[in-house]
Amino acid sequence: MSATITSAEDVRAAQAAPENREPRKGWRYYVMPVYTGVFLLYLVIPIAVMIVYSFNQSHSHLPNVTFKWQGFTLQWYREWNGIPGLTGAFFLSLRLAFVASLGATAGGTLLALALVRYSFRGKAATEQTMFANIAAPEIVLGASLLGLFITINFPLGFVTLLIAHIMFSIAYVTITVRARLSGYDLNVEQAAQDLGATPWVTFWKITFPLIFPAILSGFLLAFALSIDDFVTSYFVSGNRETFPIWVYGAVKVGTPPQVFVFGTIIFSVGVLIALIALIRQGRKGREKQAAVRVGGQRGGSRRVMTGGG
Amino acid sequence: MEQHVRADLSGLKPQRRSLGKRAAPYLLGAPAGLWLIVFFVVPLITMLSLSLQTCDAVTLACSLTWRFANFSDALSTYHTQFVRSIYYGMWATVIDLAVAFPVAYWIAFRAKRKNFFLLMLLLPFFVSFVIRTLAWEFILSDQGLVLGTLKNLHLLPENFHVLATGVAVIAGIAYNYLPFTALPLYVALERMDPRVLEAAGDLYASKRTSFVRVTLPLAIPGIFAAFLLTFVPAVGDFVNAQILGGTSNTMIGTVIQTEYLVNNNYPTASALSTILLVIMLVGIFLYGKLLGSRTIEEYI
Repeated sequence: MSATITSAEDVRAAQAAPENREPRKGWRYYVMPVYTGVFLLYLVIPIAVMIVYSFNQSHSHLPNVTFKWQGFTLQWYREWNGIPGLTGAFFLSLRLAFVASLGATAGGTLLALALVRYSFRGKAATEQTMFANIAAPEIVLGASLLGLFITINFPLGFVTLLIAHIMFSIAYVTITVRARLSGYDLNVEQAAQDLGATPWVTFWKITFPLIFPAILSGFLLAFALSIDDFVTSYFVSGNRETFPIWVYGAVKVGTPPQVFVFGTIIFSVGVLIALIALIRQGRKGREKQAAVRVGGQRGGSRRVMTGGG
Repeated sequence: MEQHVRADLSGLKPQRRSLGKRAAPYLLGAPAGLWLIVFFVVPLITMLSLSLQTCDAVTLACSLTWRFANFSDALSTYHTQFVRSIYYGMWATVIDLAVAFPVAYWIAFRAKRKNFFLLMLLLPFFVSFVIRTLAWEFILSDQGLVLGTLKNLHLLPENFHVLATGVAVIAGIAYNYLPFTALPLYVALERMDPRVLEAAGDLYASKRTSFVRVTLPLAIPGIFAAFLLTFVPAVGDFVNAQILGGTSNTMIGTVIQTEYLVNNNYPTASALSTILLVIMLVGIFLYGKLLGSRTIEEYI
């Protein structure tokens, strides 16, 4: 099939300049990368606007976000606590996200273990349910849950929010951890057991450290989903307000700049975490990386990266 | 003379696995599984049941009367919003597919650092989508960054507006649901064996031919999944319509929200929600029927 290289000259030529074999890259080659770059820039536009305008001065009595640029100021960052309802909502979202993510990560990891390691009755049904959970519009998730709470007369508030957030996060965590588990060599565990480790010890000393990046990614994913979530929360929150709900309420009335401040903070933390993750991956060099998902909108996206071999 | 050597089977474990081993997957899956059943599946059933009930407007006492007319009533009352939602959702999904496909293709096939670009793709969506939509309202407002500048340059008439039009709502939906499109497309394309494309090349196919006749057909299940994962949530959205649209752009999501939370009209609202759910189930069913072997769960 391939031509045999007969002369030393040919060998050297082939080794030295493999690019010469390829057709010269015309402008067409760069269309797609440029397009992707423009695309990514476009995605960032509202974020950039948010960040820039969090530094915008406002001379009116009731500071609201206006589009006229009135000068740079750090006032809103100093007065971050200025709007009482907003700060409360922000910290509520943080607490909710933290607890919900813990719950979803715990449940989701265990479910992922079950799905990858075993075949059992109801496995297909579980996977279909997870898909339906992800594909269903949030309004259906929220509205149906509201219907349930009303039917059993359960009061709406933090608990119902927590229930809802865990509910929609589990599937994302499961697929995140499952992706990592699938690529994981069971022989390591068997080796441990050959050396006398009980299943419990094997899990905590071998399995858990190896899948920990995926568990962490799942946790972060659940956290992002939760802190971002609007529609489902809107239905089951009663008179508690999460951060997105508060912002939504303020849209028609007038948005204080502190909203953009908090948004910038959330985004910066996200960027920081992403940078740390990327640096860790870079340090691990050429190890094979499994793709994992991140979710979004419900905010974000579906895939998140885990590193490590 | 042949000698048959028997393997020594005395040390093998018995066939029947211990109770602990057999119960393991059920125990592991129980917390999450039960949570999903109780707080996802059961509410859906409750919603289905509510959609067939009649509720007294004053006392909110509801009884199951199997009133299928709830559906026809809801559809005829909110017919416009429903059609509009499908229209907006369809447009937004088509835009998303067209826009995201080249990016997914490039990241899957050509990019050197896939994870980095995937992360870049997802980074903007760390911020709450209410804020993102609010930022777009900002940008597209009548005297705002884009329109204000264009009007000052006299490129646009003074009374030109983008907000409160269908265009703004569709643009908002398309923006907010991009990851739902891009990621399944990426999964589908990344899964493709590049050797198949090489084989096409070996058989004298040009780049264009191998794309049209090899890549695209292989990507169709992924495109379908991306379509479903974008279209269904998009149709149910109401935030974009509320923030970027006007009174003539309400979507079915707005209606559902109003009926549930303002009018407490649970049967109608549940009927409308059920219709959305049915659309999704039909989509999943069609996937199974038309695209045969693969299950749609592979794309999440």
